[in-house]
Amino acid sequence: MEDKCTGCTVCVEYCPAKYPDKFNQDLSKNKAIHIYYSQAIPLITYIDESCLYLKEKKCRICEAVCKNEAIDFSQTEKKMEIKVGAVVLAPGYEPFDPGAREDYGYGKFKNVITSMDYERLTDSTGPYEGQVLRPSDLKHPQKVAWIQCVGSRQVNPPGGNSYCSSVCCTYTQKQVILTKEHSPDAECTVFHNDIRSYGKDFERFYQRAEDLPGVQFIRSYVSVVKEDPETKNVTLKYATNDDGVREEEFDLVVLSVGLNPPADFKGLADKFGIELNEHGFCKTDPGNPMQTSRPGLLISGAFQGPVDIPESVVSASGAGSQCGELLNYRRGDLSTERIYPPERDVSLEEPRIGVFVCHCGANIGRVVDVPSTVDYCLTLPNVVYAQEQLFSCATNSAEEITEKIKEQGLNRVIVAACSPRTLEMLFRDTLRQAGLNQYYYEMANIREHCSWVHPKEKDEATQKSKDIIRMAVARTRFLEPLTEIDLPVDKRALVVGGGLAGMTCALSIAAQGHEVYLVEKDPELGGTARKIHDTLDGTDVQAYLREVIGKIYKNPLVHVYTDANITENTGYIGNFITRLKVGDRTAELKHGATVIATGADIYTPTEYLYGEDDRVLTHLELEEKIAEEDEKVINSQSLVMIQCVGCRNEERNYCSRICCNESVKNALKLKEKNPQMDIYILFRDMRTYGYNEDYYRLASEKDVKFIRYEPDEEPLVEAAEGEDRPVLRVTLPDYVLGKKLEIDADIVTLAAAVIPSAGTREIESIFKVGLNQDGFFKEAHVKLRPVEFAAEGIYLCGLAHYPKLISETISQAYGAAGRVLTLLSNDTVTASGSICEVEENSCISCGACIAACSYGAIEFRETELGIKAFVNPVLCKGDGLCNAMCPTGAIQLKHFTDEELLSQIDAATSEEEVVDEVETVV
Amino acid sequence: MCTGRIDLAHVIRAFTNGTDGVFIGGCRLNECNYITHGNFYALNMVLLCKKMMEHIGINPERLRIEFMSSGEGNLFAEVVDHFVKTVKDIGPLGKSEGLDENGLKVNLEAITGLIPYIRLVESERLKGHFTTLEEYQEFYSSVEFDRLFKELIADKLAISRIILLLREKALSTGEISEVLGLSPSEISKHLSNSAKLGLVRYDESRKRFASV
Repeated sequence: MEDKCTGCTVCVEYCPAKYPDKFNQDLSKNKAIHIYYSQAIPLITYIDESCLYLKEKKCRICEAVCKNEAIDFSQTEKKMEIKVGAVVLAPGYEPFDPGAREDYGYGKFKNVITSMDYERLTDSTGPYEGQVLRPSDLKHPQKVAWIQCVGSRQVNPPGGNSYCSSVCCTYTQKQVILTKEHSPDAECTVFHNDIRSYGKDFERFYQRAEDLPGVQFIRSYVSVVKEDPETKNVTLKYATNDDGVREEEFDLVVLSVGLNPPADFKGLADKFGIELNEHGFCKTDPGNPMQTSRPGLLISGAFQGPVDIPESVVSASGAGSQCGELLNYRRGDLSTERIYPPERDVSLEEPRIGVFVCHCGANIGRVVDVPSTVDYCLTLPNVVYAQEQLFSCATNSAEEITEKIKEQGLNRVIVAACSPRTLEMLFRDTLRQAGLNQYYYEMANIREHCSWVHPKEKDEATQKSKDIIRMAVARTRFLEPLTEIDLPVDKRALVVGGGLAGMTCALSIAAQGHEVYLVEKDPELGGTARKIHDTLDGTDVQAYLREVIGKIYKNPLVHVYTDANITENTGYIGNFITRLKVGDRTAELKHGATVIATGADIYTPTEYLYGEDDRVLTHLELEEKIAEEDEKVINSQSLVMIQCVGCRNEERNYCSRICCNESVKNALKLKEKNPQMDIYILFRDMRTYGYNEDYYRLASEKDVKFIRYEPDEEPLVEAAEGEDRPVLRVTLPDYVLGKKLEIDADIVTLAAAVIPSAGTREIESIFKVGLNQDGFFKEAHVKLRPVEFAAEGIYLCGLAHYPKLISETISQAYGAAGRVLTLLSNDTVTASGSICEVEENSCISCGACIAACSYGAIEFRETELGIKAFVNPVLCKGDGLCNAMCPTGAIQLKHFTDEELLSQIDAATSEEEVVDEVETVV
Repeated sequence: MCTGRIDLAHVIRAFTNGTDGVFIGGCRLNECNYITHGNFYALNMVLLCKKMMEHIGINPERLRIEFMSSGEGNLFAEVVDHFVKTVKDIGPLGKSEGLDENGLKVNLEAITGLIPYIRLVESERLKGHFTTLEEYQEFYSSVEFDRLFKELIADKLAISRIILLLREKALSTGEISEVLGLSPSEISKHLSNSAKLGLVRYDESRKRFASV
């Protein structure tokens, strides 16, 4: 029973039914009763169908050993009816199963495994606790090969998927890096087609993997030949341009499997009445990748097709925002506010500490002598009450703590149990329920730090528990009540940048009832999308853009400022003030949240005669000319496109992500208009990831010629006289034929890099946000917080974050709106009480604290005592770096003051006496 | 609270209390979940502290910092086991290093007294700003750092050790040398400088130095 189980896992230990653990890819065994995996939510056990009682009506051991009576074998399936206004489908994906096909030897050769199997092997909670052991003999493999594109980018033989699974190149590189960390001498070989490192910082990640000693990336098709009957090693056959066909033996072969639609995708589609695309993933609106064919039904994650973790998180947040749009009219109806009793002022009382020592079922109790620990607690200074509890975290135990606080007049509480990571918040709340300030609570971790690591040394573990509690008591005596500040939230948002990202974000915020200021530096809205005419999947971008701009101007909640430059931004989360110059006028805007959507620019090439010869164009200029039906372009006999111009080089060490798609799109358009034209695309790696792979294949079928070049032998473009006409002669090596290739072209187009927009540095300094190495804005966390900055209340989307396709920009714009709403839907934001404070008498105005603060939370202020450091409590995040830098100890991190920490350090060594007043060192 | 909050004063206090080893566990370098990268502050503090420990004759292996994520329980256990073994092999603080109780106390007290000053010079001149552990280790073992350390900290530390010792009772150069483990010529140099500054005086009748 979910409300009774505390996740102590004693039942797991006693359960006699072992079966292969699905979470660990059946590589190891688990019990019939178990926690699904170590980060599962809720972190409690469940019983699956391998249970002896469920199968044969015997056993029931778990029921007997559960001290909290949390196991109920009488439970049956329940049908529920829930009324909702919106549904989000997030069924994820299914890894491709190579066992269905014979060609990889999976399921036949023991040491051929999938990347999912390998993923579990490298994990510390995996089958061998993080040891990479190969299946045949459980030895560490020294020669590991990865085969890329297993089940992806395959039309023949049948059974594969035509699309690119998008994530495999990078996850393989991660596995290579992990392998080298596990065993530095291992030889790693990756057999690949194109390396698709198109994501933010992926190119560097690829280089990091490639540069490791003993790591080889080989561009070759590969086949699994045989298994050695003795050693069980696997032989692969591959071909390189230099050495021709080779066979090589490996200890372990990992198949980098792609992403399939979720299991039973048809049933899911029928149940919800939504359409699927031809690959079995969800069919979505090109102008809104979270929208299914049925209004009110949204999706997030890989059900839209292969996407990585950051994009899944972004689309989840975006789907959330769209649910908010649908349900805004009843926002907050189901929430109830928690009412706490008034806080008792105990600051003048002597400390009266209560200690609650938890058995955690048997987790602590069977190692640590809990009763003797309780007796010991009572001998410690200021401890007036101590007791044991079976599970301190159970609801009735928390109530018991509340009662004892009142009955015993406790003014400080220690729970000696587990890690504060999970339960500190709960117990702080318990104190508030009892009318005590929550910062009078302290946790002594005698489980993870004691009973779990010393299960066989009971006496020593008991002693250690006493030591840990004694230290906690010492600190607790000095704890102070702290106030968390509630700051009002200004309900308006500022969106900087009026491109597709900014506009989409603004509309989603406005649809949830908030006023939005939309600021654009150009005279017109639209941004980079104004230069794009259609997308590979056929969306008319200009029509879509006109529709969005129309919605912006029609929406009474969106206030547009064009030709506007931002000059200043002050304030903090929930309360910003931004000043603008709009023509000759100035404006001052107050807002609670800020979105940076300032877009990007296109690199102006200096290579390949660009700017010197008007037959050399960028890819976007080509798109424009195709749209204009420019005769010279459309009637040319031969056209060459050169990829990766101005990026994937030393100066810009990243992939611009969109250019391969752009060139394939232009090539297809040109072939449509002039099927006779010879089109050559000179590329390094074709990065038509996801469904766009199908268009790459289509272009190939239409006889667009794809020729690979290496960065150290770039093509040469020169004006020359052709057979019958003046041409641009393009010369490059042909690696397949091993000779020089000359192409006479009428037009050469360059896939110019996407670069950070010109105003990026200025925006960075005005809003005090960060940039990555390549000059794009840096999100707070790539996976966990992909659309927000580390500075609170500021969000980001669109090309300003990194080059991306229009659909991805829209997804991210909704994602940013979703995060904005989690802020703006609150009336107040709460700042932690554990922040720094300056004791002005001791401050010598040296500025060491100001230099140490990354949040800009400290500044000098004029006081009666002269110029002194001052901490803005709203900006301080409580890391305490300033505290360790201050020469006089004038600045202290509250809740972790020198007095509190030193008393704890002293108590670590002084067994008998902790009563001595603590002298502060500084 | 971040690893960077851990203070030199906290570490020295633990050793002053007789702790045989101090271990600091922090997040992985360059993987800060915030924007502060405070674990580099902790690394700076630890490397500087080790330098001072070496200077006053305490085995710097008694202090260790390691960086790991919350998911790396195995690594944590491995590192702690190794550290515990190292500290056990070294033996009890002071005795194993050949320092008597008083010498150890005086040495640590001298550092404690200098902490406000160390923070000032540390934040200005003694701090590295790099992105890898190797670069930090290189910086702290460089000739340049040795020169800065000597110029900014070593002499000051020696003088405060001598003065703290003389506060208890007057001693001869030889006796000071014995307790602090510094060479008599070094001590003579510091004593004559300190005498000029009026921090110590020479008691002619007892042929000993005394604090003022």
